[in-house]
Amino acid sequence: MLKYIIPLLLFIVLAVFLGLGLKLNPSEIPSPFINKPAPYFSAPKLNAPEEKLSPADLKGQVWLLNVWASWCVSCRGEHPVLNSLAQRNIVTIIGLNYKDDPVDADKWLATLGNPYNTSITDQEGRIGIDYGVYGVPETFVIDKQGLIRHKQTGPVSEQDIQNILLPLILKLQAES
Amino acid sequence: MKYLLCVLFLICQSSYALDARQLADPIQQENYETLTKELRCLVCQNQTIADSNAELAGDLRRQVYEMLEQGRSNAEIIQFMTDRYGDFVLYKPAFRGKTALLWLAPVVFLLLGLLIVYGFIRQKRQALNANIKDQQITLDSEKQKKIRRLLDKGDLS
Repeated sequence: MLKYIIPLLLFIVLAVFLGLGLKLNPSEIPSPFINKPAPYFSAPKLNAPEEKLSPADLKGQVWLLNVWASWCVSCRGEHPVLNSLAQRNIVTIIGLNYKDDPVDADKWLATLGNPYNTSITDQEGRIGIDYGVYGVPETFVIDKQGLIRHKQTGPVSEQDIQNILLPLILKLQAES
Repeated sequence: MKYLLCVLFLICQSSYALDARQLADPIQQENYETLTKELRCLVCQNQTIADSNAELAGDLRRQVYEMLEQGRSNAEIIQFMTDRYGDFVLYKPAFRGKTALLWLAPVVFLLLGLLIVYGFIRQKRQALNANIKDQQITLDSEKQKKIRRLLDKGDLS
């Protein structure tokens, strides 16, 4: 009897592990930034390069940092979702225009609409490195204290907004 | 055939990323080469940043180069990278609570394997011993006498 039970148990254990492996997303790397202060930057604004923006300017409000670029294909898919979020006027959305040509970036916003309160530029990808960006688009949720509370790698869908981002944003806005 | 081998050789050569930088100090250059081979490119996850031609890999190489030029140590650069990209960026992650399973699992599996082999061998040996004992019992009687007789007479052939 044991002779049959042991292989069966081994099979079940293996099947469970492989099954879990199927559900994991290997390209999703846990961010080391959760609950840490948003890294400092002082970056020129896309529409007014002589003006700069830094995280300190946004203290006291919950804000999203969305990393985007005109060369990024999945950003195009995400864009309408951000536009509709912006129309609801719930949260400040800052765009980080990552390794992009400002002219292309302007054109992109002019044709597809601009969901960002402000976009800042990072042509050399240095702010990107400080935020551990590896797959555009990425979205960070930053609380009133300036701590990063959530990060999503890859395009945000309407479902993500409803199920994850909005509840989190409302919860963070209720915090003092 | 020779031509084909040449082409293959060239293809393999070109898989090394193309913007190799040269630092003035040979020790720093060595550090640069070790570091870029220890850091994982996060876009194409099975390549080091030395191997990868992805843009991010290029940016990270530039970052390593600049930090070495500023005289930062290897440990500082590794810390800089893990602060931003987590342990995943290291091909050789540090031994910590979180990574203990990763490091210990091979040893555990090896010990488990040895234990199984040991058990298996012991079982076989016990079976063999039991067999021999059985045979000895039968030898005790008539056969034993026969052997003795043959031995006493010596080789008759």
